[in-house]
Amino acid sequence: MIEKSVVTIRVNGNYLNAEADVRMTLADFLRDRLDLTGTHLGCEHGVCGSCTILLDGRSVRSCLMLAVQADGADIETVEGLASPDGELHPIQEAFARHHALQCGFCTPGFLMAVKEYLSERPDGGEAEIRQRLSGNLCRCTGYQNIVDAVIELVESGVA
Amino acid sequence: MIVDINRVGGLDYVRREGDLVRLGALVRHRTVELDQEIRSRCSMIGDAMSLLGHVAIRNRGTVAGSFAHADPAAEWPALALALDADCTLMGRSGLRTVPARRFFEGFMTTALQPDEMLAEVSFTLPPANAGSSFFEVARRRGDFAQAGAGVVLVINEGEVSLARITLLGLGSTPLRATRAEEGLIGERPTSDVLRRIAGVAAESMDPLDDVHADAGYKRHVGRVMVQRALATAHSRARVSQ
Amino acid sequence: MEPSKRYVGASVARREDRRLLMGAGRFAADLKLQGMAEVAFLRSPVAHGLVDVLDIDEARELEGVLAVYTAADLEGKVESFTRPFYKNVDPEVERRSDLQIAPYRADLLVRDRVIRLDEPLAVVVANDRYIAEDALELIQLDIEPLPVVSDVDAALAPGAPEVNPDVPGNIHARFRITVGQPDQALATSPHRLTETIRYGRSVGSPMETRGVVVQPDPGRGTLTVWANNQRPHLLRTYVAEMLRMADDDIRVVAPEIGGSFGGGIYAEEILVAALARDLRRPLRWIEDRRENLGNARHSRDQIHRIEVGFDDEGRILALKDWFALDCGAYNPFAITIPYNTASHLRNQFRIDNFECEAVCVATNKLQNTPVRGAGRVVAVFVMDRIVDLVADETGLDPVEIRRRNLIPGDLMPYDMGMLYRDGAPIEYDTGNFTEQFERLLAVVDLEGFRREQASLKSSGRFIGIGFSSHVEGSGYGPFEGAKVRVDNTGHVTVHTGTTAHGQSHETTLAQVCADSLGVPIDTVTVRSGDTSLIPHGGGTFASRVAVTGGSAVHMTSELVKAKILAVAGHMLEADPRDLELVDGLVHPRGAPDISLSLSEIAQAAAPGSGGLPEGMGPGIEEQSFYVPPTVVFASGSHAAIVEVDRETGVVEIVRYLVVDECGRVINPMVVDGQQHGGVAHGVGNALLEQVIYDSEGQLLTGSFVDYLLPTATDVPRIEVEHQMYPTERNPIGVKGVGEGATSSAPAAIASAIVDALRPLRIQLNELPVSPAGLRKLIEEAESGAAPMSAATSS
Repeated sequence: MIEKSVVTIRVNGNYLNAEADVRMTLADFLRDRLDLTGTHLGCEHGVCGSCTILLDGRSVRSCLMLAVQADGADIETVEGLASPDGELHPIQEAFARHHALQCGFCTPGFLMAVKEYLSERPDGGEAEIRQRLSGNLCRCTGYQNIVDAVIELVESGVA
Repeated sequence: MIVDINRVGGLDYVRREGDLVRLGALVRHRTVELDQEIRSRCSMIGDAMSLLGHVAIRNRGTVAGSFAHADPAAEWPALALALDADCTLMGRSGLRTVPARRFFEGFMTTALQPDEMLAEVSFTLPPANAGSSFFEVARRRGDFAQAGAGVVLVINEGEVSLARITLLGLGSTPLRATRAEEGLIGERPTSDVLRRIAGVAAESMDPLDDVHADAGYKRHVGRVMVQRALATAHSRARVSQ
Repeated sequence: MEPSKRYVGASVARREDRRLLMGAGRFAADLKLQGMAEVAFLRSPVAHGLVDVLDIDEARELEGVLAVYTAADLEGKVESFTRPFYKNVDPEVERRSDLQIAPYRADLLVRDRVIRLDEPLAVVVANDRYIAEDALELIQLDIEPLPVVSDVDAALAPGAPEVNPDVPGNIHARFRITVGQPDQALATSPHRLTETIRYGRSVGSPMETRGVVVQPDPGRGTLTVWANNQRPHLLRTYVAEMLRMADDDIRVVAPEIGGSFGGGIYAEEILVAALARDLRRPLRWIEDRRENLGNARHSRDQIHRIEVGFDDEGRILALKDWFALDCGAYNPFAITIPYNTASHLRNQFRIDNFECEAVCVATNKLQNTPVRGAGRVVAVFVMDRIVDLVADETGLDPVEIRRRNLIPGDLMPYDMGMLYRDGAPIEYDTGNFTEQFERLLAVVDLEGFRREQASLKSSGRFIGIGFSSHVEGSGYGPFEGAKVRVDNTGHVTVHTGTTAHGQSHETTLAQVCADSLGVPIDTVTVRSGDTSLIPHGGGTFASRVAVTGGSAVHMTSELVKAKILAVAGHMLEADPRDLELVDGLVHPRGAPDISLSLSEIAQAAAPGSGGLPEGMGPGIEEQSFYVPPTVVFASGSHAAIVEVDRETGVVEIVRYLVVDECGRVINPMVVDGQQHGGVAHGVGNALLEQVIYDSEGQLLTGSFVDYLLPTATDVPRIEVEHQMYPTERNPIGVKGVGEGATSSAPAAIASAIVDALRPLRIQLNELPVSPAGLRKLIEEAESGAAPMSAATSS
């Protein structure tokens, strides 16, 4: 019998709870119990970054955490970026402007990683941005347009 | 069964007692990475932190966890040796301290007993006039190192008075290249000397073959890493006259 | 009257972005159906063996498990694979190439003999994936190992163990192409060289793994299949045949697809459909990454033995190539890949005496699949390597060798003397390779680079420049379909038989329709990837959608426009030839103040409205299928500048340039994005990615820790220049894009590494090259122990 536990988290500003097997990953919990399927699973071993979310303001691989470990945490996922009336976040708009996505599978992970980066008020150039983005894999874009979107965001001081 | 200590309060402390740094079990890599004081006193640690995985990994991974996992290609076990760190083990029978050089017993095996956890790691920062650096070769940035070296040097009146050379990915545990260190004491750190010392360090390397590289390559590139780490540490050391 | 905006040629922003940026795209793993159960596969832990014990009783008993199937349980429920995917080899190609080919047959689940690692033995259906995987662990499996054939040499050795009972001598297929008089030309060449060139195995590895969701309607006996498959209509055909159902009772829908880069029809897709029907409930299977790395889209993996005849000026007079493709245990793709290699081997070069013999070899590995580049990748590396070898032998600059051998622009169109795999003669339709290469050299500033190279070398730093050129046969047939409809609101819907997995078709095909029809792009919506939208579709592969999908959309839009003008003419009592449709309004030429909107026209054309000319059918909707005459040849020239850390073997790409020629460009932003992605994939293939099996057929690269995809610090900034030579082989003048860059990047990088280390002559005849591998090449060259290409002169 797999033990279950009720997990209560604040997601994108809303308090939500659901029951989860104690062995369920945070990624599966978000996707399957809370129907927040914007966070994607590319490898389930912490390398590709598609599952990246913010937990208490810090980027984490949600595939490497158990749901129960996130009990009481403050979580941000891609679904929380745009405003409730559908206005895109400046990061999302920059990605669109620069054609920084093709298939879109890795995109939510990149958006959350970039959000954390910008919150640090960086002033780095392309090399630093590429290093920072090297933890997220993309097979479609070759990264250049993502880098250009982030350069624009850094230069315009978006946080 | 998995025991999760993330919610145990009071384990995430970073304490400075003079030059002694004490890190609780839950100190994340990212915390050390962003600690300006530690970085400015020891470039080797700062260099290593930026090569350790990626930010999302550093946000959750802990220093003590890296010690306990004891991957010979990981940064912290090698740093532990270079800094002569002490490991405080906590178990049913209480606390005991094991120095790093005895903590790493074999391939991903430590002195931890089944009922013990690593409660704290502590180390003394190198002297203020020391120069240090950390170099590694990995297939991609953030990947596990194929070979690497961390170096701390103190130069006194043009001669090496303190040398620590630690090796990662070059054995079944992290290694201190003690013969190479001894060979440096009293020497003037010219590039010829550093090249020779790197060769001495290579003699204590005993790397394993893996899918990415064979032992011969790792030994060769390990020597190059030692040489470069020595050169950079030298350039960063404050030379007294 | 001119339209206010022309869309083709403009970097129109993408329609796809909003939902993807918001995380609202629905990929296979995001689909949830009521009552849905999850599927997991038991896969063989050995590469070759006889199944002794396969006991599923305990697994069946686990709480939460709904069913467990083995091969025996499938009897009467689903057929096996019995023919290759893509239509059989063109008969003329078959005849002219002396093709010998073994039949393709594969069971969906192993009956008694495993012939590759990970081959599926059983399927578990459970309430969730966690329980399904628990059940897998409860299945008792005993396999008596048989000797493993782990590579081509082992497979072709005398007395080699048999890999596949349907494949005698471990040869799936062999063929030979001959152009001109290669033996004679070789014998009379002033110089000859031979060399062996290898290309390792890699895996397509999109960020999304495979997934399929099937919803049965037991009452009606129908199925809906969501699968992230590039070819929904083909999948429907296979599901229908193998489940013995009518085409029409199956709907295949491609959800959002997270990259694909190649594909096929998979046993898992057929099995989930069969089981959903059998269990009468919705099922979902989402592959995990370990499965993907071992079971989907392995590619490249060739060994070439070349013989080149050349003269003192570096003119290549003859080329003979024998090559083996490690095809794995099964061959569902006939000769698609090796024939692509043979067809593209001479690339942009004028070599009229040529022979290419290919052998598809069976080993106990996963099948070889066309993956981005699809055989062209290896061809390009081989040819570009030949340029460097001839340069080394003659002492001439590789740039000169290239110049002297490129097909000159004034000889286009150029007949290459052999057939493409569609049966048509390979004739490069348009392009100018010499102009392309000179343009690349100008942008790269070769002289400036050589000065910098010399200066850095004197301070102990090694930079090098390498070039690659390719042609890409694109826009493969046999057809593609488009349906264009105007609804009562005046909105235009385009349905095609293609699918999208990041290529921006919703945008680019809307651009084509908007221009061809004469409407604002905001009034056009493109949908694809759904067999219920259009009865026949070719799908997306081989860089074909701009050509075939675009042409189908264009042709169909013109038909719709004709009908619109005919109805409008009836309404205005004017001759349709005096009317024009511009910016969504129809008006007489020269009288813009008299106009009809599309919604007015559509309403007039509605059934029963009485607004139609005598004998004309209702609705503003047309459907047509474009059949290309043959492929069109896009081309490109690349330059890579690298810095080599000689001591560690680490390679950094410092600068990368592309001159791309893809005919008329629909959306420059999209084309550039395809160049970036293609080059990035090539960087991976050159320096990082390799599928490694050990001698027991065990997969050593089963996770992203060991199978290394390039990251943002591995891929350089890529400068793209466009050259444009529209083709006349389709009505919109476009050529395909997306695979050429993947082909040239590894070759350019390899060539740059060689250049960086000159005058030391490293024998870089194999990709990928790791730092450890490069160090070995350097050490061999330094010690003089390197095996040099065997070169002779007469």
